Amino acid sequence: MANNKQHLSTTVFLAPYYIMFFTFIILPVAAAVALSFTYFNAIEMPTFIGLANYVNVITQDGVFMRYVLPNTLTFAFIVGPGGYILSFLLAWMLAQISKVPRTILALIIYSPSMTAGIAMAVVWKIIFSGDQVGYLNNMLITLGVILEPIQFLQSPEHLMTIMILVTLWGSMGVGFLAMLSGVLNINKEIYEAGYIDGISNRFQEIIYITIPSMKPQMLFGAVMAVVGTFQAGAIGVELSGANPTPQYSGQLMVNHLEDFGFIRYEMGYAAAISVLLLLFIYLFSKIAWRLFGEKD
Amino acid sequence: MASFHGTRINPDKFHRSQLKFYLFLIPLASFMAMPIIYIIFHAFKPIDELFAYPPRFFVQKPTFQNFIDLVNNTNATGVPMSRYLFNSIVITVAVVLLTVLISTMAGYVLSKKQFKLKKTMFEINTLALMFVPAAVAIPRYLLIDEVGLLDTFWAHIFPLLAMPVGLFLVKQFIDQIPNELIEAAQIDGASDYRIFLQIIIPLVKPAIATIAILSFQMVWNNAETSTLYVDNENLKTFAFYMSTLAVQSEGNTVAGQGMAAAAALIMFIPNLIIFMILQSKVMNTMAHSGIK
Repeated sequence: MANNKQHLSTTVFLAPYYIMFFTFIILPVAAAVALSFTYFNAIEMPTFIGLANYVNVITQDGVFMRYVLPNTLTFAFIVGPGGYILSFLLAWMLAQISKVPRTILALIIYSPSMTAGIAMAVVWKIIFSGDQVGYLNNMLITLGVILEPIQFLQSPEHLMTIMILVTLWGSMGVGFLAMLSGVLNINKEIYEAGYIDGISNRFQEIIYITIPSMKPQMLFGAVMAVVGTFQAGAIGVELSGANPTPQYSGQLMVNHLEDFGFIRYEMGYAAAISVLLLLFIYLFSKIAWRLFGEKD
Repeated sequence: MASFHGTRINPDKFHRSQLKFYLFLIPLASFMAMPIIYIIFHAFKPIDELFAYPPRFFVQKPTFQNFIDLVNNTNATGVPMSRYLFNSIVITVAVVLLTVLISTMAGYVLSKKQFKLKKTMFEINTLALMFVPAAVAIPRYLLIDEVGLLDTFWAHIFPLLAMPVGLFLVKQFIDQIPNELIEAAQIDGASDYRIFLQIIIPLVKPAIATIAILSFQMVWNNAETSTLYVDNENLKTFAFYMSTLAVQSEGNTVAGQGMAAAAALIMFIPNLIIFMILQSKVMNTMAHSGIK
């Protein structure tokens, strides 16, 4: 009897979360996988076409192969590890100073990730604005570095750099907070033991004590960095104000997906891209797991 | 060797050796704060300063005109700004409260109860940490259409309630509450609901604060729902409204700029205040955020 009651309350406690979780997270992923094997234009019923979408992505889609994939990988390889290393270094440095200044500085460093993409795009757009009223253009002209304003957001050469900069700037999120408290919560005795064992500089200390002692937080930070990197895809469109971005220079997988899904209504094809995107994230998270996960 | 005394993690007071860290951190933090400070100054600039040449970073004659314009402004379809703000507040409060409640409930059971599938359920949730909403935007749209949420107020709320990061953090946090405490309560005859309300909730306040902040940031800043799932202008949110203010195609860019700047500040400030109040609790939760 008591046992039955226990089961009932367990179900009551679990049900709300998992009903929502199943409906709005698991089902869409399953549906995306199913749709990716069909031709679907959002009006007629989907028709099954097997692997054709995937074959098309790899063999027919010139834009995807020439721009989207290289862009995504460049972006991910710079912003992912860059943001990750930066958050660790900042967390480590913040841990070396006393509480009040640390709290203030940590708040400032975390604050960019609180702001909405839209609010930020407004600010960055003004800074990088293409006419001479843009802050950066104005500064460079005043300093005499350039004579004519540069179309930062519309020119293929600059858009990617700016996207990387803006994303890095906003990348000190949850992972950064986890790392900061990870560094702060390492037992001091471990350090003392380390000095007795002959650790003689800060670099050794970080490699042999700090990082191994906060592996769980490092792993959490890594997973969050991977997700953040691939999620940041919308920034190019927001900055340049167009999808596709000028000459596909800032086109990432998320933008390509939206281009096909919501502009061209090739939903099946877009679903195939979204499945690929999820696979990418899974793959890179697995790599993070390998690097920082507990060895069983 | 003799001179090396090791890192002083979490020092009590200032020491000369910390100077080098300040030397690096302060310039970097100032750089990171610049756009934020800019948002603040920009919101108070009168129209001639907004378009001044050369552009100015700081405001010289601060004015509340932008805010007044924003409040008095109605968009093309006649919906006033207050309506968007009201929607945003109702949606945010609902989502934050419900998310906190359902994640804590599930976290308690996943941490302290024994049942089949427990491990699997938590593992699926950990996998879902990698979930990127943009990747499944299309099936999500179809699904929301299918369950009849399209163009309703609920479309803003339901899809955001399951927050894998939230459940993950709270479960990790509850793992540290000793089992003996719960067993003692059970021996005293407390029901599960009572244990949850009177023992678990008070003990996991830091984790609750953390989920509250994370879900607040997510829902308050969310303009996507209004763009994708809602057509009725009366049901859209402030975040969405903001995105329409500075759009060049509306032809009203000059007046729009000032209002957009004011709106950006209104968007940002609540995030900042809530985080400031709750930040020490967040750090406490994050210390236990290991993936196991």
